Amino acid sequence: MNNKTYPYYFSLGAMLLYVLLLVIPGVAGIAYAFTDWNSYDSAVHFIGLDNFRKVFSGENMYVSFIKNTLIFTIATIVLKTVIGFFLALLVNKGVRFRNFHRAVMFMPAVVPMLIVGLIFKSVLHPDTGLLNEFLLTIGLGFLAQHWLTDLNFAFKSIIGVDVWKGAGYIMVILLAGLQSIPKDYDEAAEIDGAGYWRRIWNITIPLLMPALTVTLVLNMLYGLKVFDTVYVLTNGGPGYATEVLFTGVFKEFSMGRYGLGTALSTVLFVFMTIIGYFVVKVMSREEDSH
Amino acid sequence: MSTNRRLRTYMPWGKNVLVWIISLITIAPLILIVINSLKDSAQASSMGMDLPTSLHFSNFKTVFEQGKLAGSLWNSVLYAGVSTILCVLLASMAAYVYARRKSRLNRFSYLFMLLGLAMPLNYFTLMKMMQLLHLVNSQLGIIILYAAVQIPLSVFILYGFVGGVPKELDEAGIIDGCGPIRLFFDIIFPLLKPAAVTVFILAFLNSWNEFLLPLYFLNSASQWPMTLSVYNFFGQFQMQWNLVSADIVLTSLPVVIVYLLGQRFIIAGMTAGSVKG
Repeated sequence: MNNKTYPYYFSLGAMLLYVLLLVIPGVAGIAYAFTDWNSYDSAVHFIGLDNFRKVFSGENMYVSFIKNTLIFTIATIVLKTVIGFFLALLVNKGVRFRNFHRAVMFMPAVVPMLIVGLIFKSVLHPDTGLLNEFLLTIGLGFLAQHWLTDLNFAFKSIIGVDVWKGAGYIMVILLAGLQSIPKDYDEAAEIDGAGYWRRIWNITIPLLMPALTVTLVLNMLYGLKVFDTVYVLTNGGPGYATEVLFTGVFKEFSMGRYGLGTALSTVLFVFMTIIGYFVVKVMSREEDSH
Repeated sequence: MSTNRRLRTYMPWGKNVLVWIISLITIAPLILIVINSLKDSAQASSMGMDLPTSLHFSNFKTVFEQGKLAGSLWNSVLYAGVSTILCVLLASMAAYVYARRKSRLNRFSYLFMLLGLAMPLNYFTLMKMMQLLHLVNSQLGIIILYAAVQIPLSVFILYGFVGGVPKELDEAGIIDGCGPIRLFFDIIFPLLKPAAVTVFILAFLNSWNEFLLPLYFLNSASQWPMTLSVYNFFGQFQMQWNLVSADIVLTSLPVVIVYLLGQRFIIAGMTAGSVKG
């Protein structure tokens, strides 16, 4: 009851699509990253490390794309995890209409990022935007900013919008984690006289580690691939201040500089596949222990 | 002691207020759009929280006509719907075989596929591949691409679930003379339904919300899904926020409905694996 009952060809369809459209382009990209492939010339020549030299030399803006991508990733990981964790703690106990609040806080996660971007183009508008008007109304008008065009605020605004969209999602995962922690530990520690924050720090967080790891991985994979948020809100501007890897890649694509764009993509491909390798390794080890 | 008791009495009250404030902050931008989608263009130009002086449901009709929404609505339904069905079918068959027969090859195949959870797309070489397969600027092409992108996550969720379906059922089926295809479709697949629904909803939402893939791989406006049309519409009608808002409402409505109906499944899927550990 093996080969015949569970034939390998059942899995071929999924494998074929996966290999043809994800794996082969990714791996072939590594090869093309060493060429001058572009849209003006049908011939493709090997040019060694030139593309990578351009990416990393610092003469061009590419290093800042990578830097921005990393800043975005780290900032959103920290903010979404911290906010998501506190939301989960808040909603977990002692709140009425818990399911309602959970549903509302999760809602931004299902709305297309593109739409969220458009909505916040209005909310963050310097003259008519909801945020500045709100700040004026409560007497904090001096805090009003040109959120998306000011060099000092554009990238922070993008991160803020992304956190608004993603924190509820992280909350839901952490909430599920919280609810799987047996109450006994917490109660025992309380009887022993441990205060609220001490119990959070010494009991809740260690027991929440599996869920926190998952949110870390999810946020990281998402952050490194960010595109829609930046594209809609600032399209990389002002100047190149908010340009990330995938918006940079899209611009290379539009300009027909395929070799260089492929080199940029390959940097991300290699980096993320290595992360993926370790994630898969940990996951398969866990499975073996079951 | 007394401060402790006071905290206990008042904390839930403070907590509830805080939760309401956070919920309001979360929902305010969405409500803003709904309110403004019903205003006339003069009133909507300030994009405030003030209620519409009169209700302009005609905005939705205008958007449908000028934004050619009917076409892109159909495209979105077609792309998200068909690719999701394809993805659920292929992913559940693969997950079933991988989970049931843990040979070296199957185990390697499964883990290899999980790498796809992290792998970013290379749009340049993917474009070349799509050209080779004659799938660029084609509706079939974008459907297959959507399905491929969703496969790793879908296989992952379904794989965990197949393990929970008793193997004795397979044996019983075989004794009754089922071939592998009948065994899977008549006996196993119906039992995978909760996970299949979860995967369906997640893949559907992701495909519906997809923006980057059609941006790269669909040139002609008549093939655009809702997300691309709404972006284009925004470019043309930037000054008429009432129309932009109406377009946003129409684009988001389907996913919000799917979300409200399938909330339980979405949360199950999104938390899959995160609490097992």
